[in-house]
Amino acid sequence: MAMLEVKDLQVYYGVIQAIKGVSFKVNEGEVIALIGANGAGKTTILHTVTGLIPAKTGEVIYEGIDLLKIPAHKIVSHGIAHVPEGRHVFSQLTVYENLLMGAYTRSDKSEIEETIENVYKRFPRLKERKGQYAGTLSGGEQQMLAMGRALMSKPKIVLMDEPSMGLSPILVEEVFDIIESIRKSGTTVLLVEQNAKKALSIADRAYVLETGNIVLEGDAAKLLNDESVKKAYLGE
Amino acid sequence: MSFISYVIRGISLGSVYSIIALGYTMVYGIAKMLNFAHGDVIMIGGFIIFTIMSTMGLNPLIAVIVAIILCTLLGITIERIAYKPLRKAPSLAVLITAIGVSYFLQNFALLIFGADTKSFTSVINVPDLKLAGGNLTIAGETLVTIPLCIIIMIALTTFVKKSKTGRGMVAVSEDRDAAILMGVNVNRTIAITFAIGSALAAVASALMFSSYPSLSSASGAMPGIKAFVAAVFGGIGSIPGAMIGGILLGIIEILGRAYISSQLADAIVFFVLILVLLIKPTGILGKQIQEKV
Ligand SMILES: Nc1ncnc2c1ncn2[C@@H]1O[C@H](COP(=O)(O)OP(=O)(O)O)[C@@H](O)[C@H]1O
Ligand SMILES: [Mg+2]
Repeated sequence: MAMLEVKDLQVYYGVIQAIKGVSFKVNEGEVIALIGANGAGKTTILHTVTGLIPAKTGEVIYEGIDLLKIPAHKIVSHGIAHVPEGRHVFSQLTVYENLLMGAYTRSDKSEIEETIENVYKRFPRLKERKGQYAGTLSGGEQQMLAMGRALMSKPKIVLMDEPSMGLSPILVEEVFDIIESIRKSGTTVLLVEQNAKKALSIADRAYVLETGNIVLEGDAAKLLNDESVKKAYLGE
Repeated sequence: MSFISYVIRGISLGSVYSIIALGYTMVYGIAKMLNFAHGDVIMIGGFIIFTIMSTMGLNPLIAVIVAIILCTLLGITIERIAYKPLRKAPSLAVLITAIGVSYFLQNFALLIFGADTKSFTSVINVPDLKLAGGNLTIAGETLVTIPLCIIIMIALTTFVKKSKTGRGMVAVSEDRDAAILMGVNVNRTIAITFAIGSALAAVASALMFSSYPSLSSASGAMPGIKAFVAAVFGGIGSIPGAMIGGILLGIIEILGRAYISSQLADAIVFFVLILVLLIKPTGILGKQIQEKV
């Protein structure tokens, strides 16, 4: 059984339909890429999965429960973390306090400190800047913080929305290395990207979204060589 | 000597404004709304204390504690019944509702406690302090009000900065969706904010009516508006801003009353507000809206 299964999801903004009946599956341990042009509906799908936007119809089944039926703030404690598009770190809190926010639903203080140490190991820059307000970090550092913060809930699956957006090529490499290492540590990843080439090269499987519909799906390696994908998304 | 005594009285009145302004500023920061009924909670707190002390003859400390408890419950109830259903409504609808709640509370008090102005008995039983050979007198109420305001400010800042609930409040005030993704229950956070603001309103009512003892159903409106001005003055959403704004406002009001005109004192207060907003629209300590990188 899939870890996360989205079935016939439809989402509206007012009268405008943004998601027009989308279905996909994420199995445990996979990295799944969801690619598509700007405005295709990728962010909307992630927001619906974590409850920030209500769905019109459909189901989001995660480990046997329908996430659409539970309040948004309870979703993270089921093991689902969401790294939102544009980072959304808390600029008035320090790096350390942002990480504590990531562990908001956990209560064991010493275990939380242990997780923070692990995050610092993965992101040494964050340790150097732990007392600094997040609003004063660079874009790349904020992205690292947003990812570290998500890991603080000890998620089973992480949803990442355009983690490489607006970063320099070196930082893009770093972000994808981190995604790779997150997968290696046994965490499932649902990756939304406009950088289709990088996303497909790291993912196991992928779905291609176009104006609210999935138009293509399959092995990431196959899609990387697919002529229509090459033309539309890889700029070849 | 009289100048110093005016300044001290100003700081004392300003301390009360600060405590009220905290309720405005925290609710604005977290629920993104102006709770115009906040001043009327102070008035209700005054009537609760008055009733327990003067009608039932119980001791002032009991009266204040009961007022704190009942005002806290009142604040939570108002939020639950009037504001929570409007969480996704346009802010104008929320504002009009808040004005409606304000009128409701005033008329409710009118109905229950009558239209005559009551004379409030001070809850503070501290002798006046005479300094400089009797030339400078500091009222017992002032001796309690100023330190209490400082204690409240330190306690609240520590709570917001150091506790998990406090961090959740900062998170909700800055980025509600991101806070939800962390697992923060926004409804609960907003309810806690109203509870804190209303408990502080009860404290403010005990202090204010002890210094300014005339109590009627309209008694909360003007201090409420001035505390709102203080919150905007200091930078709405900012806790230290509420403190600074409140104290400055109190000093300006008392000095204006003493040296310029007692009729114009309120006008002066609002004039200063307009000046501050023209020079620094976010208030003294107000945060600039940050551009997302
Ligand atoms: N808050 C909103 N209100 C109205 N329409 C929206 C809103 N957010 C997104 N949309 C619309 O929904 C569609 C999908 O947007 P989005 O999910 O952000 O796409 P993507 O993340 O793939 O760029 C777009 O047409 C966008 O204009
Ligand atoms: Mg997007």
